[in-house]
Amino acid sequence: MLNITIDGRALEAREGQTVLEAAREAGIHIPTLCYLAERSAIGSCRVCVVDVEGQDAPVPACTTRVVDGMQVQTATERVLKYRRMAVDLLISNHGLDSTDYCFSCVKNGACELQAVAREVGVSHPTFPVAQMRKPVLDSNPFLRFDPNLCIACQRCVGACNNAAGNHVLQTGKRGVRTTIRAPFGPNWDATICESCGNCAQACPTGALVEKRRGLYREWDTHTVRTTCPHCGVGCQLDLVVKGDQIVDVQAADGPSNDGLLCVKGRSGSFDFVNSPDRITTPLVKNPETGEFEPADWDTALDLVARKFAELKEEHGGESIAAFACSRSTNEDIYLFQKMARCAFDSPNVDNCARV
Amino acid sequence: MTNSIKDVCEDSQVILLVGSNPEEAHPVMGMRLRQAVERGAKLIVVDPREIGLAKKADIHLKLRPGTNVAFANGMVNVLIQKGLVDREFVESRTEGFDELAAMVADYTPERVAEICGIDARDLEAAAEMYATADRAPIVYCLGVVEHSTGTEGVMALSNLALAAGKLGRPGCGINPLRGQNNVQGACDMGAGPADFTGYQKVANPEMRAKFEAAWGVELNQAAGLKATECFPAMIDGRIRGLFLFGEDPVRTDPDTGHVIRALESLDFFVCEELFMTETAKYADVILPGRSYAEKEGTFTNTERRVQRVRKAVDGPAGARLDTEVFADIMRRMGYDQPTLTGAQLMDEVASLTPSYAGISHARLDSAAVAGQGLQWPCTGPDHPGTRIMHEGAFSRGLGGYSLAQYRPSAEQPDEEFPLIMMTGRVLAQYNAQAMTGRTEGLNQIDGTSFIEINDADAAAAGIADGDRVRVSSRRGVIESQARVSGKTNPGEVWMPFHFQDGNANWLTNAALDNISATPEYKVCAVRVEKA
Repeated sequence: MLNITIDGRALEAREGQTVLEAAREAGIHIPTLCYLAERSAIGSCRVCVVDVEGQDAPVPACTTRVVDGMQVQTATERVLKYRRMAVDLLISNHGLDSTDYCFSCVKNGACELQAVAREVGVSHPTFPVAQMRKPVLDSNPFLRFDPNLCIACQRCVGACNNAAGNHVLQTGKRGVRTTIRAPFGPNWDATICESCGNCAQACPTGALVEKRRGLYREWDTHTVRTTCPHCGVGCQLDLVVKGDQIVDVQAADGPSNDGLLCVKGRSGSFDFVNSPDRITTPLVKNPETGEFEPADWDTALDLVARKFAELKEEHGGESIAAFACSRSTNEDIYLFQKMARCAFDSPNVDNCARV
Repeated sequence: MTNSIKDVCEDSQVILLVGSNPEEAHPVMGMRLRQAVERGAKLIVVDPREIGLAKKADIHLKLRPGTNVAFANGMVNVLIQKGLVDREFVESRTEGFDELAAMVADYTPERVAEICGIDARDLEAAAEMYATADRAPIVYCLGVVEHSTGTEGVMALSNLALAAGKLGRPGCGINPLRGQNNVQGACDMGAGPADFTGYQKVANPEMRAKFEAAWGVELNQAAGLKATECFPAMIDGRIRGLFLFGEDPVRTDPDTGHVIRALESLDFFVCEELFMTETAKYADVILPGRSYAEKEGTFTNTERRVQRVRKAVDGPAGARLDTEVFADIMRRMGYDQPTLTGAQLMDEVASLTPSYAGISHARLDSAAVAGQGLQWPCTGPDHPGTRIMHEGAFSRGLGGYSLAQYRPSAEQPDEEFPLIMMTGRVLAQYNAQAMTGRTEGLNQIDGTSFIEINDADAAAAGIADGDRVRVSSRRGVIESQARVSGKTNPGEVWMPFHFQDGNANWLTNAALDNISATPEYKVCAVRVEKA
């Protein structure tokens, strides 16, 4: 263990930890923007700078490793001034003009750049705001990249390369000219992009978003933690709910998915729930016409109970089969097989595991 | 899975991936395997197709479909020849190794190379890479099980893991990637003819007595049929009534014509569904159910992890909770089943099931579990769950070996149907598309039927990339679009089964595995012609 102090508090830190990690573990807040835990720590935005005893200039907490005896100050006048300058420079190059100063941005109110600017006390850019109208890339069915709003933090690049391991989002040029090469333009379907959207979830601003992000405001929604309904990996996700509709999905940090989702989990887990072609009343086929006719629940369930009782009576329970759904919950399936065994007296109970 | 996704992906040195394309069928697992390769794990891909991960693999055994048993027996043969068997593990944890050694003696690399259509040197290199690593998991999927020899394929892989001493430790094990979100749970919950919950055997009189006492009924003594065995039984009249809960066998079962004949033969057919599926059209009664977002419950994932499903919305008016409907039907048939909440039902499961005894909604929601779920066996309220199975001992005591020989697939290519067709999944869709097909963007990414065919076969048939083609087998004819490439070997084609505008299951063969009754989706003989 290494002994360090942060803002005068004596702490123990582990070899190899960064100042930011040690501070977060101790519950000490240092603002960050380009840092994304376990995905990206490139120290480019300079928002997380701190003063370290013996260093001439502030250093980024996200890339500076702790050493024994280190003394860190997170909020000296110099650090606060440095942070304000960093954020001031970022927002003056953030395409404020293209969104009428955030008014028309889909992430307005849920933007980390806005939040950090407010935290460090930057309410307007003191530098001339660039009049940018770079073309927006939005040919991908789900994802949109607006380079005017990009602050080149490279969190999307970290998500795509270090987490999704897909290496399709890349940086172009370097330093202040850094651009993000996002594969969402007209030839989107010729790339190996999996449309997983882990990049959009990583983006702190409105630059890289799921297109549906514009259909709701953060404060109109709540989230419900659940398990993805598609494959057997069991990714944890948050359904974003507005009123009685699910409007979006965010990846949660579950044991099997480690904060990741695929295109099905993120974009294919809720449209069907709201789909207008859901069946909403029992349907009974008219034997004369072969057409389905709506029935009330009482009539339909009486028919079902009577028909299965007749089969059981006349041909034994072994003349009935019951197949459970491998997409439904354990609780549904347990009661379903109990119904088959106890009420239908059927031994022929199975699920779709074989197919 | 004997192990967990985290330790398979993070603690392994060599990963042996057999008959699995996780980048498309289990995409987040695919992402984590890509991470594993990037941190330095070696990857061996055993798959007839040039799947994405094959490009990142150290060795790709592009074997002929249906030859997994020969491959695995050959791996064990190489282990024995090269002195790579984990003698200590074999002696202390298993029995019958000499019989296994005698059985695999014929599976020399040269013979296996001939059967599988691979290079003997690649097989030897793969065996050496797998066996010499300290931590090496086998990860497999439907490319192993969807064969008439599928169970034997799994057991042959188990032989390999036992001989190499790679069970009961982190970063090892035999790890099937289960297809559906809750297919593990469906099997755990007793929705199989031979098992009550937690694999308590129906044939065991003690278990039968236990459930009869708990449920207050006398259970039917007849041996139950598996789902795939039920379809022929519908045609010959042994089965007259079917209650189908949320499946679409007309799209997903092999030999669609046969499935439709079976459903049409029924006296009475009930579907509990969200949508008017192809299968529901044949029903006498359709009952509208509730989706996963409208109910409280749990799913059990491929690593045996029980995780919560929570209600987010009410859903459309008119539909009812599935558990309410089942309880209602039970009462109308004279069985006194109260309507219970999801939490109460899980408590009933826990009370009857040793491996789920420590699992409840309250515990899963607790700060102690902290959103990590619980992996069965979880035998009591203080049991932490089981991350790795078979540490120290197997459930039967000493591990046993399968002595299954390689048998060719049920249907072989011939002059009339010269190509082997495999089926599978694509990234943007899931099975019969009941859910994914209702997201327009997913259909935009992949929304129509296609067939992958090798350049050489395409050239011989005068087929160019993108051409409409007619694909036929002994069971049916469909139209699709050709994707010409080297992804499959000459003589082999591959089709997804999602798309109704050319569904591969009109063609597939309902030949069943001799043990599990899983259909041979991965091998049937077809002909492809320009449409």
